[in-house]
Amino acid sequence: MYSEQGGVSIWFFIGALMFVYGILIFASGLFELLSNTPQTVVFGGLHAAVWWGALLIVFGGSASYRFFPRKS
Amino acid sequence: MTITPLLLAVLQTPQPSRLMSLHTVDVLIILIYFVVILGIGFYLKRFTKTGDDFFLAGRQMTSWIAGLSFVAANLGSLELMGWAAAAYQYGILATHWYWIGAIPAMLFLGIVMMPFYYISKTHSVPGYLKLRFGEPARALSAVTFAVMTVLMSGVNIYSMALVMKVVLGWNINFSIWVSSITVGIYVALGGLLSAVFNEVLQFVLIWVGALLIPIIGLIEVGGWNNMVARIAQNNPGQNYTHLWSTLGSFSDNPMGIHWTGIVLGLGWVISFGYWTTDFLVVQRVLTAKDLRSAKMAPIIGASFKMMVPFIVILPGLLALAVLPVKLVGETQAVSAGMHSYNEVLPLMLARYCGPGLLGLGITALMAGFMSGMAGNVSAFATVWTYDIYRALVRKDASDSHYVSMGRWCTILGILISIGTAYGVMQFKSIMDYVQALFSFFIAPLFGTVLLGMLWKRCTGPGGFWGLLCGTLSSIGMWAWVKLDPSALRYIALSPDARDMAENMYRALWSWIICVVITVVVSMVTQPRPDAELRGLVYGCTEVPSEGHLPLHQRPIFWACIVAAVFVVLNIIFW
Repeated sequence: MYSEQGGVSIWFFIGALMFVYGILIFASGLFELLSNTPQTVVFGGLHAAVWWGALLIVFGGSASYRFFPRKS
Repeated sequence: MTITPLLLAVLQTPQPSRLMSLHTVDVLIILIYFVVILGIGFYLKRFTKTGDDFFLAGRQMTSWIAGLSFVAANLGSLELMGWAAAAYQYGILATHWYWIGAIPAMLFLGIVMMPFYYISKTHSVPGYLKLRFGEPARALSAVTFAVMTVLMSGVNIYSMALVMKVVLGWNINFSIWVSSITVGIYVALGGLLSAVFNEVLQFVLIWVGALLIPIIGLIEVGGWNNMVARIAQNNPGQNYTHLWSTLGSFSDNPMGIHWTGIVLGLGWVISFGYWTTDFLVVQRVLTAKDLRSAKMAPIIGASFKMMVPFIVILPGLLALAVLPVKLVGETQAVSAGMHSYNEVLPLMLARYCGPGLLGLGITALMAGFMSGMAGNVSAFATVWTYDIYRALVRKDASDSHYVSMGRWCTILGILISIGTAYGVMQFKSIMDYVQALFSFFIAPLFGTVLLGMLWKRCTGPGGFWGLLCGTLSSIGMWAWVKLDPSALRYIALSPDARDMAENMYRALWSWIICVVITVVVSMVTQPRPDAELRGLVYGCTEVPSEGHLPLHQRPIFWACIVAAVFVVLNIIFW
């Protein structure tokens, strides 16, 4: 059975995916911010990609670290 | 839970152009999603060796995993896009499908019904009917359910492919085959364990991808009160922001429904039928590691379900306040080259989300479709293998043979679903029939299971004939209105009633017919002795006491908290 065989927690997969997504979105938002690309969305001045990406990095990084598969 | 008439319309009508274009980072985000869910399937294959592993995820999920999977299996993109569209057309009334149409039933499942499902150690809802009423009731419900699931799965595939075509301009065959093969691979490899893992991941993705729309939308309008004022200004004479105050008459609200239809049809029969007897969702709770977790899972699911209107209904309301164009019905949209109600969520996504965030939002929509499809396929595999193949074809094969059968019929289910998806293209009205067929089965089944669990005098013939007559009467009422539309005044109690109201009342009547027939037949047939009903019926089953647990660990405590929040929310938005 899964838990008896020390399977990797689902929260690790979720954390890792969110972490990678966070990096991509943050980098994309930062590029737009620094390159002064014309805004194509409403309230683009909020730079949602930057802070949403940063939040995903923090959330994903924390979950990945907390549920990282370690040998007991 | 149901497909809205609005989304049915968009699914039945080809669209000429796309709404948005993706950047490289968006495509990368979508590709990573596919790699991760397939990787999870390959990883989990090693843990699915026995029938319990494959069909019930080893019965070792925590209450959180089971609860999130329970609510995610229902939160397909048909739900997301369909109810966002409904919110644009009907306003906050659409929230009833998330609150009174879900929360009481989910709490009832957790507190009252779950002990019987769990203690009986059944693999499925038809399996419970076998234990309680005998083989005929199981065979009837298993066959009907198997047909429903693959049909619904096919509808899911087709809707996703069509939405991707409308939103991104993707080829419809490409979307159908890529999404189907992906779901087929990860469910066939890891069974329900893989489906549950991916559903939890998809649930998180849906929130992360869709949450920005209401957040930025509320910033744009300047808060809830300003949004309400702008909606009233843009739509004079119509009330879009009250839940109950317009339900005193069929003609006072845009949905054409009376509060009795919402409370009795939706809140009682449809909702309780779906959330407590549809094996697609109940199967997720059966994966819980113990009875307390199984009772907590629907309560946790209910608390998340209560929040879903924030990412589904609120974007529809915000669109009423901020969109510079008026969205229209599908037919008018196609003929006049305008945007339809059904495009409201993609439109809001494109309004607020630039590169990266757009990919995340599209991935959330895909995740919704795939979780709904995986839910249907894994439920089909279980019901086919245990309740049809093992019960009627081969009774004494080895456990590994049934696991192998489960894997093969996952592939078979996917292939039938793909066939259904193409069938939907050929026969445009089939989706209307699917929704009707869905309601035929669920409402009477709720009557049968409820009486079976709570009334020990209920007999096998009573259960079977009640289920059969309830289902046939529902089909009969539907056919009557199709042949003679004026019959609507009898079925839905008003000639002003709309499709949605007709569904509610038809469900209510078929449930009443099922209950009456079950009671009458039970009274004239021989009941089973109490000893045979242990673990199956209230009054004959010793449910383990939770008295020794601290208050905060008791499911009933959390159910009361969720119920209190539910009442307060309804009062706030009255």
